[in-house]
Amino acid sequence: MSILADRRTRLLVQGITGREGLFHASQMLEYGTQVVAGVSPGKGGEWVLGEKVPVFDTVESALTATGANCSVIFVPARAAADAMLEAADAGVPLLVCITEGIPVQDMMEVRAYLTGREIRLVGPNCPGLLTPGECKVGIIPGHIAIPGPVGVVSRSGTLTYEVLYALKQRGIGVSTCVGIGGDPIHGTNFIDALEMFEADAHTEQVVLIGEIGGTAEERAAEFISDHLTKPAVAFIAGQTAPPGKRMGHAGAIVEGGEGTAADKIEALIAVGVPVAEHPEAIPDLLKA
Amino acid sequence: MKLHEYRSKQIFARYDIPIPRGRVAMTAGEARAIAEELGGRAVIKAQVLVGGRGKAGGIRLAQSPEEAEELATQVLGMHIKGLPVRKVLVDQAADIQTEIYLGLTNDRATGSPVLIASAEGGIDIEEVARVRPEKIARVWVDPLLGLRTYQARNLAAGMELPRAHWGQFTDIARALYRVYKQTDATLAEINPLVILGGGSMLALDGKIVLDDNALFRHPELAELRDLDEEAASEREARKYGLSYVKLDGDVGCMVNGAGLAMATMDVIQHLGGRPANFLDVGGGAPAEKVAAALEIILSDRNVRVVLLNIFGGITRCDEVARGILMAMEEVKPQVPMVARLVGTNEEEGRRLLAEARMITATSLLEGAERAVAAAKGEAIEHPG
Repeated sequence: MSILADRRTRLLVQGITGREGLFHASQMLEYGTQVVAGVSPGKGGEWVLGEKVPVFDTVESALTATGANCSVIFVPARAAADAMLEAADAGVPLLVCITEGIPVQDMMEVRAYLTGREIRLVGPNCPGLLTPGECKVGIIPGHIAIPGPVGVVSRSGTLTYEVLYALKQRGIGVSTCVGIGGDPIHGTNFIDALEMFEADAHTEQVVLIGEIGGTAEERAAEFISDHLTKPAVAFIAGQTAPPGKRMGHAGAIVEGGEGTAADKIEALIAVGVPVAEHPEAIPDLLKA
Repeated sequence: MKLHEYRSKQIFARYDIPIPRGRVAMTAGEARAIAEELGGRAVIKAQVLVGGRGKAGGIRLAQSPEEAEELATQVLGMHIKGLPVRKVLVDQAADIQTEIYLGLTNDRATGSPVLIASAEGGIDIEEVARVRPEKIARVWVDPLLGLRTYQARNLAAGMELPRAHWGQFTDIARALYRVYKQTDATLAEINPLVILGGGSMLALDGKIVLDDNALFRHPELAELRDLDEEAASEREARKYGLSYVKLDGDVGCMVNGAGLAMATMDVIQHLGGRPANFLDVGGGAPAEKVAAALEIILSDRNVRVVLLNIFGGITRCDEVARGILMAMEEVKPQVPMVARLVGTNEEEGRRLLAEARMITATSLLEGAERAVAAAKGEAIEHPG
């Protein structure tokens, strides 16, 4: 059991002939993910990865031929909004966008377009999904996590790997890890992921990894207080970040006194969520 | 990327938002000449990319061209929040009756643009939001439809603007939305938007912040970046595609990934140390980026130790280690270097670095402990 991605995921890779797309498609395939198709306009008819994966010109044709039910997007930033809209229009129910650096206004349009449609977007600027032992959609290294009962949701990339690795070293397994991404405007948020973990019979507790910028962690704390019956623990990155400076991620910025790590930590502790002092301390806070 | 007030107002004017007559001066003599053209009374405004110019004495009213010259001399010699004033905007003085705030920005929570207005303009809007939130009116805009006239009118009604001004207000609000949309701004703000004695409106001050990720669509705007306004080290970092933010501490940090870079800084502080910087070296940590990053970190004279935290995952750590060694060969750091590597072949990576007299660590906590100890000048065992 898991959320979003599992053995039944039939994955389409948009941008499969690019350097990143091809490399990670091979990693996903090696992990056991069913990579059923790639899309690369102008390269339809080719085969990649040892003739295992057919390439199509359009998402629509890839979908018709292969029955893909999830698309992972490695398309460069300036074309990424178009790639998301193309997949949405073709009827892909789950989009995972890895691409970093997409213009904010493009993302606002994509989000407005997806509103009211039965399509879930994860990302952009995210590491994707990992359901250990079953499926990986994106770039999370497969070997750093083992299957188990802990759900992980995070705004970060390598910081998430750090936490997965710390859990693995203590023998703690993960149901699904969801990277929701570091952009200010994105699809799936903390609350969406927490709702899914709450409904997932196999997930027993949840790790939330947040960072400075915006108020998503504060809203997640409210949700946890009102709706999450499973225990949750958290880590918030950026306690030492100065205000007004963007810390790498487009969304990681304290603006107008809003978005500080201190506020987020306070909100989480107030609803009984223990907050780790450093990422490697997270396993200590989980229920045995 | 922030645009100067005068650049922002030039863009406003292209979208038919009324702005005061005026021009930029680099010297006091020019300021005097512009004031003469404007008929004598003029406002001298420091052009620096920070808030609080007025409070710092960077905005002054001159009653005559002579006074304009005198005040421009003063303002052009100032530093505001550490930034030297190199240009002043000389604007015609306005007969102000009312000051309004009008701004457009991205609302993270809803994922849509939000138009914000307040009858209490001319002052820090965040302060108004904190102290008198009922004085702020907002409308959210569907990015696929754009700002509609009724929405701007609702806002005018919401802020209790007299009806006589609704027509001009909605025109300006819709023009500001076009500015925001067409320049890919993350903020387009008129503060204050003033009502003059004669009843017409004027954008007295303006601010546009552009989305760095959308600059590829606006080469003409990208050229407006004021290189004087950012630290040399941050400019150098951008050239290499690195994210770098200088801080006040002495433990230099080089980390792959923004979240992990912040977490690494936090751990250093948690252990009683002080991070010298944020630096995201990106995925894979290739040798040339590591070398550039090392140069940038070491250009800060406060740095007494450098902590490298590379979570490789799929990346081979022996290759990362060779890259680090090549970079060290090139840069020849004179401070202790602590490295923590995780990923494929990490033991081999650590062995290579230890041979080169680097301090190595297996966990983030251990790496940070060793770096903090080194910064405090405590003796460290060199493993191997």
